[in-house]
Amino acid sequence: MKRAARYVIFYAALLGLWTLLAELKIWPPYLFPTPWGVAEALYAGFQDHTYWIAIRVSMQRVLIGYSISVVLGMILGLGVASNKFLEETMGGLLVSLQSLPSICWWPLALLWFGLNQNAILFVVVMGSLLSVTLAMEDGRKQMPKIFGQAGRNLGAKGFKLFWYVLLPASLPFIVSGLKQGWAFAWRSLITAEMLYLSLGLGQVLMMGRDLNDMSAVIAVMLLIIAIGYVVDGVVFKGMERHLQNKWGLAPAS
Amino acid sequence: MSMSAHTVPRHYPIPGEARTSSRETRLGPVSVGRPERTLSTAVSKVGLSEICLSYRTQADERLLALDHINLQVRAGEFVCIVGPSGCGKSTLLHLIAGLQAQTSGQVLVDGHPVQGPGTERILIFQEHGLFPWLTVAENVEFGMKIKGVRKAERTEKMQHYLRLVHLAKFEKSYIHQLSGGMRQRVAIARALATEPDVLLMDEPFGALDAQTRDLLHDELERIWSDSGRTIIFVTHNVREAVRLGDRVVLLTFRPGRVKSEFPVDLPRPRSLEDPEVALAARAVLDELRDEINRFLEAEYSAGVKPRIKPGDEA
Repeated sequence: MKRAARYVIFYAALLGLWTLLAELKIWPPYLFPTPWGVAEALYAGFQDHTYWIAIRVSMQRVLIGYSISVVLGMILGLGVASNKFLEETMGGLLVSLQSLPSICWWPLALLWFGLNQNAILFVVVMGSLLSVTLAMEDGRKQMPKIFGQAGRNLGAKGFKLFWYVLLPASLPFIVSGLKQGWAFAWRSLITAEMLYLSLGLGQVLMMGRDLNDMSAVIAVMLLIIAIGYVVDGVVFKGMERHLQNKWGLAPAS
Repeated sequence: MSMSAHTVPRHYPIPGEARTSSRETRLGPVSVGRPERTLSTAVSKVGLSEICLSYRTQADERLLALDHINLQVRAGEFVCIVGPSGCGKSTLLHLIAGLQAQTSGQVLVDGHPVQGPGTERILIFQEHGLFPWLTVAENVEFGMKIKGVRKAERTEKMQHYLRLVHLAKFEKSYIHQLSGGMRQRVAIARALATEPDVLLMDEPFGALDAQTRDLLHDELERIWSDSGRTIIFVTHNVREAVRLGDRVVLLTFRPGRVKSEFPVDLPRPRSLEDPEVALAARAVLDELRDEINRFLEAEYSAGVKPRIKPGDEA
């Protein structure tokens, strides 16, 4: 309860400061909108379905892109972790590629796929694939060997061994990597969407700029933050808590 | 009086066989034939013949871990393998389980060479190796699920084996909610549920407190005599070996060789505190101590190769 109180106080103060600065009218309202201006923009955006459509389109894209990343990343990561040659060669390449911002793939994606959805998906995959791969590789190495041995001992091999033993055994070690991969996927998506007429949240954000509508810009920024936060807090926190309960990793409560 | 002077095991009176093979081993690996082919008409449940295992060290030298191991285990026999740490006794179990491959020699189960893991040989690990993401019930059912056994049959067997280890009430628990002793019992239930012919146990009770261990000794002895399964049990605890085994096999320090075998001809059920168990353990311990001393001597006089005098037991 105390924590809730702290939250309320902090956000109330933030909102108060925002209102105060806006009311002082140091900057014109079209550059520095009031909180209720943003709230109105949010309401209007949902009212005329622009935001609903944008959210649906963006979520669809990020889900497809992220799913591809997770599947590919797990295969790649397992491959790299279980093969010394791949580990020595591709391991280093993957780490160095991670320093490349995902939007740098955009020109390449445009030439390969043209100005369409696939180009966006490509950027999303490139943005999140590496963190999933590296997480899987690391998870496979951190995972105690005994699980694989016990699984094989009980008759599991091939895909069954991977699905019923290696994957669940490495989950606690890769969940943070999966989470990071999600964050990268989400950011890459918004960035790519800002670059062309894409219907997604990124485009709606740019539309606010084009119309000189600062309230709408901030409203969409809040939406992007909120969605990222909800997925992180609900999906990944839930997954972590679930794993902690099963494995007994949870701090004593 | 040495234990090796005792008569043959009570349960499986095949005279002389164990003694013969241990004498031969002492003479050196070269002279050992393949006793399962020549001496016995019946095929052994588990037969190790001329097992060698060598590793390549980082300095690119070959390190011999197991040296011409020969061992025959009869169906339904309870064999305990003891030896100083690092003698390769755990590795031997991994070879029988098919989780690791020997450099040369053969592991035969029912006369067929082992090629990879198989559910007729289940290994119980020292750190239990249970799956923390599954409940107790799901752990016990795991082997059956992989095999494709139907759910109803799985549940029935799972409940049966959990009752057998007195854990029927813990079906829905996760592994971390159980004590060390309970975990080992789940591991035993999980192994039994795949209905293996051979149970391989790698110091399964090493990390448990004395009371829990005593209890599990009793349970294991009961399960073994009820089910008639073959058990190969590795431990560094000589008393435990004598308390449980029909036969105790002593391995030498690296490279691991079969140094001698001690048939344990004591009435069951036994207890760790039985004076007969203590007495029998002493005989094994004397030879084991020799082995440890020889190793220590080698280790403390660095660079000096260990002298191995044949037949200098106490």
